[in-house]
Amino acid sequence: MSAATSDVILKINNVSKLFGPVAALKNMHLEVRAGRVHTLLGENGAGKSTLMKILAGVYHATTGEVDFCGSPYKPENPQEAAARGLTIVFQELSLCNNMTVSENILATREPSVYGFINDQALERRAAEIVRDLGLPIDVTEKVGNLSMAQRQLVEIAKGLSIPNPRLVILDEPTSSLTDAETEILFSIIDRLKAKGVAVIYISHRMEEIMRLSDDITVIRDGEFIATRQREDVTIDELIAMMVGRQMNEIYPLRLAAAPATSEAPILSVEGFSRSGEFENVSFDVRKGEILGFFGLIGSGRSEMMNALFGMKSATGSIRIDGETATISSPVDAIGRRIAFVTENRKEEGLVLAHSVEWNISMAALGRFAAALGFMRKRQERKAATDEVGRLTIKTASVDTPVGSLSGGNQQKAVLAKWLLTQPRILILDEPTRGVDVGAKFEIYKIIRQLAAEGTAILLVSSELPEVLGMSDRLVVMHEGRLCATLPGGATPETVMAHATGITS
Amino acid sequence: MSDEKHASFAQNPYAKMLRQYGGILASLVVLCIIFSVMNPRFMTVANFMNVLQQIAVIAIAAFGMTWVILLGEIDLSIGSIIAVAGMAAAQAFLAGFGFVPTLVLTLLAGAAMGLVNGVLTAKLGLPSFIVTVATMGIFRGLVSLPTNGAPAMIEDPTWIAIGAESFVGLPIIIWIVVVLFVFNHVLLSKTTFGRRAYLTGGNREAAVYSGIKVDRVKITIFMISGIMAAISGILLSSRLYSAQTNAGTSYELDAIAAAVLGGTSLAGGVGTMIGTLIGALIIGIMNNGMNMLSVPYFYQLIVKGLVILLAVWLDVRSKRAKQ
Repeated sequence: MSAATSDVILKINNVSKLFGPVAALKNMHLEVRAGRVHTLLGENGAGKSTLMKILAGVYHATTGEVDFCGSPYKPENPQEAAARGLTIVFQELSLCNNMTVSENILATREPSVYGFINDQALERRAAEIVRDLGLPIDVTEKVGNLSMAQRQLVEIAKGLSIPNPRLVILDEPTSSLTDAETEILFSIIDRLKAKGVAVIYISHRMEEIMRLSDDITVIRDGEFIATRQREDVTIDELIAMMVGRQMNEIYPLRLAAAPATSEAPILSVEGFSRSGEFENVSFDVRKGEILGFFGLIGSGRSEMMNALFGMKSATGSIRIDGETATISSPVDAIGRRIAFVTENRKEEGLVLAHSVEWNISMAALGRFAAALGFMRKRQERKAATDEVGRLTIKTASVDTPVGSLSGGNQQKAVLAKWLLTQPRILILDEPTRGVDVGAKFEIYKIIRQLAAEGTAILLVSSELPEVLGMSDRLVVMHEGRLCATLPGGATPETVMAHATGITS
Repeated sequence: MSDEKHASFAQNPYAKMLRQYGGILASLVVLCIIFSVMNPRFMTVANFMNVLQQIAVIAIAAFGMTWVILLGEIDLSIGSIIAVAGMAAAQAFLAGFGFVPTLVLTLLAGAAMGLVNGVLTAKLGLPSFIVTVATMGIFRGLVSLPTNGAPAMIEDPTWIAIGAESFVGLPIIIWIVVVLFVFNHVLLSKTTFGRRAYLTGGNREAAVYSGIKVDRVKITIFMISGIMAAISGILLSSRLYSAQTNAGTSYELDAIAAAVLGGTSLAGGVGTMIGTLIGALIIGIMNNGMNMLSVPYFYQLIVKGLVILLAVWLDVRSKRAKQ
């Protein structure tokens, strides 16, 4: 262990971040040393992004101190962070597609005279940066003409183009890179290390982490779990630390026995594929069964569910009650009594400016149509009021705009909307995202109730405890492929191993 | 306790209406008071009938525009459709058609022009602003084709009667406004089609996921807008005894102003026909009042613009205060 404490360039001490009453980070500790790659490991929602955003000056810590290069560090914004030598490459691309590579790399730092941009100097400067990094990219090309992988490399070049980087944060930089580009990235990281720059690396890919890291810190539920040196730890130990939470009473007990495996499936999907998104996925689900879908971001789960609901085209066969079904639009899907609680309730689920009542009735308008298309408003109101009562949606009245409800109650309104269509197959994509603990439990109870009433449920989640706690069987996806179908009692370690591609 | 009070307030339909249209109704009342103080002839039944007749063309076009804006779209071509409708009628009469066939043909022409706007917007995914800027020019050009730019006379007595005669004590033109208001109001607020329009405008994505055929809704609404503009064109040509090639120029702006004054949100998803009717009344009363005071035309334009800004600002402010 050659690194001395004097090498520590970033020291995070007791940092907490509260969003209202919810703690995204609790008493976080982290020490990052110069010239070393420090990996942050945790499930989706463990608090990695929150921590990075605090370092970048996007969020401000509620309590605690950060020391950077020997002095207190509290950046007001990303520009100040960059001025101190801290740069961050986010996973979401922040490039302008209709501008050139050079314009993007030096955005807001263009060489200029009296506000007029010196195009030649701009190109020269950007070309230098790209050459130093060894990227096979033409800086005069428009970003829109590049592949996703090349764009990610431009994003990295943009992040590294600040004058004197001391600490570089890479947030899942390889998620859209092919092997060749990943190698380029790794050689960039090696050169940074040689120059004494510290790197914070975030990734879910275990092989990559074991190859690249010097130090590894595991965080879980916003809390620091442990920091280990790479030599002293195995993948299994890391996974155990990552998921090692007790599954206590946060999941309600089932109300009916899981259906027998001998029972005929209500829905069978075979060889379901869509180029670039998911490939040859097959599964079936029975009446009253909760089939969990687990996979990391980018595993193709949501895309597959969208295709199943007719929002995207896909090849393969779908059979409902044993008969081949063609589903080419949501209208077809709803006609087959499939319902889809989508991942983003504000974008795809609700009309925020409209009332709770209008939102609840929107997928079942046909039920309230009388002669000449007139609405049966009294029935609509009664149905909405009943659903509000049944799902205990907390709202002043059914006339309240749904946008003014809390996240959990908005999510229940989306559920109510789909329950009104009386679905036989209910797809739930991240049904408890952004929902507080109390509302989560209530949503779980509703799911259990629906299963007991015979609804087949496809539960997609990136929260491992959730799928494990709720599912009768569990499908694990990795990079667009179904890699395992596991029984309900599977251990978190097994699931994680499949999801990260360790076991095949 | 305050919650209870709030709830009962929300349930009383009159209170609800006052809350929804309070700002805009206040503007209307203030305008009326100002004009009646300045000119005693303003506040008479005869003058009020006059105002209603004058706003008919704009109000009907604005009913159509309300549907389109409610969707989060815009239709700038209605001024040109008004002119095409008049010219289509004049040419049909010249070709020897009777009143009813001409009427049907004119309405079909409006529907067809709306269909073009709707298909280009919904099926090709072009922004409606661009589509209707283009068709505004194209339709305006079409008007001049039959006569090389000259106006065409209309002599059919039934056609002329629409703009000139009365029925049960009210000018026919006002009856038409009333009937179309009721029709649009009922279609928008009482039917599943109206609800689908609100939902599509409020959040297109969520509407698609909920099984609403949003393209069909869009195309139908552009056709409604085209038909309403054609009816405006019929009234205008009837009052002018002729089809003018520049008829209806810039009427789309008054129609948009009426809808927006009445609380229709340009972002889509929010708006009512009642609001639009009040908006059209405000525009009509301003025109009428200033004409009676012999305010020069260019001052009228300035004052109208300022009043629209003021009314919309008051409305936005009161809505923000509520949130």
